[in-house]
Amino acid sequence: MYQQAKYDEPLLIEIHGGENKNIDADVPNKMKRDKLNLPNLKEWQVIRHYTRLSHMNYGVDTGTYPLGSCTMKYNPKLNEEIVKWFAYLHPYQEESTVQGALQIMYELQEMLKKITDMDGFTLQPAAGAHGELTGMFLVRAYHEFHDDLDKRRNVLIPDSAHGTNPASAAMAGFNVIEIPSNENGMVNLDALEAATDETTAAFMITNPNTLGIFEEEILEIAKIMHKNGALLYYDGANLNAIMGITSPGLMGFDIVHLNLHKTFSTPHGGGGPGSGPVGVRGELVDFLPVPLVGFDGEKYYLNYNVKYTIGKVRSFYGNFGVMVKAWAYIKRLGGMGLRDAAIRAVVSSNYLKEKIKKYYELPYKELRKHEFVVKPKNVRALDVAKRLLDFGVHAPTIYFPLIVHEALMIEPTESESKETLDNYANILIQIAKEAAENPEILKEAPHNTAIKRVDEVLAARKPVLSWKDKR
Amino acid sequence: MKDMDEMLKDMGTSSWEELFSDVPGEVWKQEIDIDSMDEYALYREAKKIAGKNHDFFRMPNFLGAGVYTHYIPPAVLEIAGRSEFYTSYTPYQPEVSQGMLQTLFEYQSVIAELTGMEVANSSMYDASTALAEAARMAYRINRRNEIFVPENMYWEKESVLKNYVRGLGMKIRKYPLTNKGMVDVDVLHELIDDNTAMVYVENPNFFGVIDENVTEINEIVGKAIYTVGINPLSLAIMKPPSEYGADIVIGEGQILGNPISFGGPLLGVFATRKQYVRKMPGRLIGDTVDQDGRRAFVMTLQTREQHIRRGKATSNICSNEALCAVISVAYVAYYGANGLRELAKKNIDNSKMLIEKLRHAGFHAPIFDAKHFNEFLVALPRNPHEISKELIAKGIHGGLPINEGCYKGVPDSMLLCTTEMHREEDMDRFVSALKEVV
Repeated sequence: MYQQAKYDEPLLIEIHGGENKNIDADVPNKMKRDKLNLPNLKEWQVIRHYTRLSHMNYGVDTGTYPLGSCTMKYNPKLNEEIVKWFAYLHPYQEESTVQGALQIMYELQEMLKKITDMDGFTLQPAAGAHGELTGMFLVRAYHEFHDDLDKRRNVLIPDSAHGTNPASAAMAGFNVIEIPSNENGMVNLDALEAATDETTAAFMITNPNTLGIFEEEILEIAKIMHKNGALLYYDGANLNAIMGITSPGLMGFDIVHLNLHKTFSTPHGGGGPGSGPVGVRGELVDFLPVPLVGFDGEKYYLNYNVKYTIGKVRSFYGNFGVMVKAWAYIKRLGGMGLRDAAIRAVVSSNYLKEKIKKYYELPYKELRKHEFVVKPKNVRALDVAKRLLDFGVHAPTIYFPLIVHEALMIEPTESESKETLDNYANILIQIAKEAAENPEILKEAPHNTAIKRVDEVLAARKPVLSWKDKR
Repeated sequence: MKDMDEMLKDMGTSSWEELFSDVPGEVWKQEIDIDSMDEYALYREAKKIAGKNHDFFRMPNFLGAGVYTHYIPPAVLEIAGRSEFYTSYTPYQPEVSQGMLQTLFEYQSVIAELTGMEVANSSMYDASTALAEAARMAYRINRRNEIFVPENMYWEKESVLKNYVRGLGMKIRKYPLTNKGMVDVDVLHELIDDNTAMVYVENPNFFGVIDENVTEINEIVGKAIYTVGINPLSLAIMKPPSEYGADIVIGEGQILGNPISFGGPLLGVFATRKQYVRKMPGRLIGDTVDQDGRRAFVMTLQTREQHIRRGKATSNICSNEALCAVISVAYVAYYGANGLRELAKKNIDNSKMLIEKLRHAGFHAPIFDAKHFNEFLVALPRNPHEISKELIAKGIHGGLPINEGCYKGVPDSMLLCTTEMHREEDMDRFVSALKEVV
């Protein structure tokens, strides 16, 4: 049976430490600070504190983590080692002193081009949503260049889309128009065609979409956009399903962002750092942020000479440490290995779906890619998720996509074996039976975790957001 | 793999291709032309590539300008290296994520202590995007559309800001500095009007100047939002911006224990007043209780965020820099109040030592007559980019070259930075090389 560690671990500030000393630095009197309310602890106290806290945290290294849309695949340790060799490099060092770092960036750019069939890449965006925002800045710059921006104010987005899509489009100043899905869980082509005209700036989609369903009409979708002078944007959150099988370029996309922390195995770090490179094709290359990384046959260099560049979307060159890990992952697997990963991710997902579909409702069509969405019967998704935690596995994503009520969105990834998938299926089946026979056990779950269900209402009603609020 | 064949068989599927029958034939890809490598070959290849770099220990540099090279105690790396932390996702299931949630709550608390502000979020991407998000937040608060920034703000920050605020129709304007390199409060006062959404100051600023005029700005901003850009280490010994009226505080958190790593990942610090908490971007961790009344931590006030509010969210940010925040709180815990204050003092003392040595060698430094933190400008007699390259030939790396004309009143110069990492012999080598070169 699973039981997570359970400590009454004090806050850092509550641990007894040494007294504050008087330290006088050469700061103008007006700007001097006399008091700093932080503890003075010994190294062992700090290590013990955070080691205990880590025991109360569940990661991919702990067990199955099939969080839909998040691609929680295993993070190879070699990559964690390699990145340490690049720790003490300043981004403004002379190019001659950072040839290795530039080589990694250049090779990563080139490999991402091959994987996606795009013509150019920026590695600058720090996360997937940041990539989307960069993509929307590029859409803006492109239409402005064509004297079309005043007219093209609308970005179309399917109702199954990630929340970041409409948020990113809105941040770049566009109006968001939602496109409904059809009865098969794909974009409703008639609705899309009706909504697309000379006011359309772009259509943002994920393929396979958030239901794990491949948009079979993707070429038709691309045609509708291009016929109307609009751009087609690829949210790369689900690239893991199709690497090496097809590519955004082949499907007719103009702009694509990737999530190195999903598809390319870099760890999620409890929420970040990620990395969201953006690839583009054709004339859009001329709008990319600066600098790009070039290679003249002898030396790698930073290229600030991009014709109509949008400038910068963050400082320096992006989350370099994350790039190093993704570079290592791609080099290790190679093209065939990436394709095998996609195939296995899709086989695993469909296998798990088949195992449980008698016990959970599967809306829309049967065939899924790397993830699938089901609904529990007679019980809330939240309760199923909490009960799963009792078995030492992580819950799926819940209540997303929004078009499925009580959604459980399951993405096992290629990392899991048949054995761990069978285990997960058996747990889900047992929970479905519990839901019918003894629903209380679900409603009271979890039982075996560091804490029981939390009072989220209290947290929001009377926000306590630092230990200062508690004093 | 064998178990994959078993899975296919169990499903009654004859081949994996059947599972991709929904992918139209026209879009099938031939191959990805990238070779695979075995683990050891890759290890050697990566070693070879890393060996082409001249990192700080191979060739000390005197670069700062937004990110800083500091010593990272192994204890801090040990904590960040706990795979329970680094292989977890955003803590959507709080019952199995208390470790990360409490650690991030402690990070928010540490930032609130350092800045003096009431509330800090659990991270933004970096200082530049934190500034850009601050400007957007100012717009949400007062619906005004002009942002004042110092004339010496670095162009990269300005470019990021410009991209971020354009969708709101906001404009960026610049205010001048005095001959001491500090905010010209009189001129700024005249510039501020009913269109002013936000006034941004940096302290220490881009030239490393500790700005003594920042205390006079709160009185002149009116309904505009007063945003202060800080170096979190400097706040161990410098007055927190809360004490001079800041509404928002942003800064670069990389400084607190994160490897400089060629400029990323970084850590955007973002703190504000509690009255504005529902307008702020980014994830927040709150304290609450579980069913048994035990203390618990959870992500809270999520109705501001994109996964709930979609197009009307305060920001599109989803993945942030959580692990960098873990590193930073571990770093602060490791040093403690005394250690952090001593470290900040050492950083000031080292830059003073370099200034002394340069003056002794006949250089004009610092260009601005003020106290500095970490960095300062030294005047040079000719193109600083050429000088920088000539220094490399002598085995030492200088600071950031700045050409005459880039900033008002600044001649050809170099922005030099020292931290506790620089030993006296590094400085001596640099000064003598610089002297030889010029």
